[in-house]
Amino acid sequence: MPAEKHVKPRRGDVVILVGTMKGAFIFRSSASRKKWELGGPYFPGSAVYAMAFDDREGRQRIWAGPQSMHWGAVLRSSDDFGKTWTNPEEANIKFPQRAETALQRVWQIIPSRSDSYTMYAGVEPAALFVSKDAGESWNLVDGLWDHPQRPKWQPGGGGLCLHTILLDPTDAKRIRVAISTAGMYVTEDNGATWRPSNKGVRADFLPDKHPEFGQCVHKVVQSRKKPERMFLQNHWGLYRSDDRGESWKDVAKGVPSDFGFAMAIHPEDPDCAWIVPLESDGFRCTPEGKLRVYRTQNGGKKWKAMTKGLPQEQAFETVLRDAMTTDSMKPAGVYFGTRSGKLFASSDEGRKWSTVIDGLPPVVSVKVARV
Amino acid sequence: MSYLFFIPGPLRELAGNRGQVRVDGRADSISDALALLWNEAPGVRDRVITEVGEVRPHVNIFVDGESIRDSAGLGTKIRDGAEIFILPAVSGG
Repeated sequence: MPAEKHVKPRRGDVVILVGTMKGAFIFRSSASRKKWELGGPYFPGSAVYAMAFDDREGRQRIWAGPQSMHWGAVLRSSDDFGKTWTNPEEANIKFPQRAETALQRVWQIIPSRSDSYTMYAGVEPAALFVSKDAGESWNLVDGLWDHPQRPKWQPGGGGLCLHTILLDPTDAKRIRVAISTAGMYVTEDNGATWRPSNKGVRADFLPDKHPEFGQCVHKVVQSRKKPERMFLQNHWGLYRSDDRGESWKDVAKGVPSDFGFAMAIHPEDPDCAWIVPLESDGFRCTPEGKLRVYRTQNGGKKWKAMTKGLPQEQAFETVLRDAMTTDSMKPAGVYFGTRSGKLFASSDEGRKWSTVIDGLPPVVSVKVARV
Repeated sequence: MSYLFFIPGPLRELAGNRGQVRVDGRADSISDALALLWNEAPGVRDRVITEVGEVRPHVNIFVDGESIRDSAGLGTKIRDGAEIFILPAVSGG
């Protein structure tokens, strides 16, 4: 096994949690976000599609969902920035017997902001799990699993996965999830009942372009300051919502392609978001061999290419759905990783970019936290 | 009756840092013998068997040198004193 390095963040530092196809990495910087130290690799050989940082109740807990091709997927956590990890004897996320299926992969881990102990996990096959004890034990959210439309959900290229969980910042009982390929479902009663919520979102790959469900939503983001405002990157289609996702308006003007995966929203400004357009579903690489992040500052009316510091020649890159994020600092930092193992950071909202590292395994998840 | 399990490196931490685990009891099949192993080293179970009770697709179990995939799967008969290897397949990494 490869030797691990460890970082020792201090209060006020910034850490980037990077999940790759071959393990997890932790990068540390001071608040300047200029120079990054590497920690890892953790879980070498395992795909890590989900990571999270839980700072509630004074915790400094990193969560990861490594999936070993041999030994399956479990949730593991570290309270010392990767030096040691839990290794539960019993797999902590398991489908109940009545589900007659087995966990394949953990795609998303989200600590609740409405209390200090609730957590959610989105998994493949598409399902939502909830923990009420800060990740010690997990249970299937039956209301979604028992939805009558579930048998008609279809796997996308990455499998039938529940990849995005949005906990409404002002309504703890309202949760929106995105599933490829089923679209978005929303609950307003804390998970007891769910309804599809895809009004206005196209499904170009179906005979009915606007079905009630079945869309291939790649990523959805929600403003923490103005929860009505959301953006959505679809499998073809770039959208904005001004009503908490109840309806969607196409805002794909001025982008080289409305196909893509990654998306991030500004921590304060609900009009500001970032995307990385890809050529097409047939060629999932950056158009013209240019790695361009596009930013809107007016709710999607206009998108501007942010290229300073990013390769603009022979850069046929792919940025996957969970591989882009923002921090909560001023100005906001933006971070993304590529399938070719590059990790980029901007400490000025995308005006200029620097390469944190070039040479990771394929990056599938990027999260950031202020320690 | 007793059976000797050989535990692969990645799972030894979950088996009390043991590379070999001997279990005693009656087992007519490899499924019965695995149940004895789960009593002795419960942490190994979920890494080898899925929640629907199947051997994980990239894990191989050999009884006296024969893969159970080539015989009767978890119903494979075993003899007293059998040696059982749990091994990762060549996939992965």
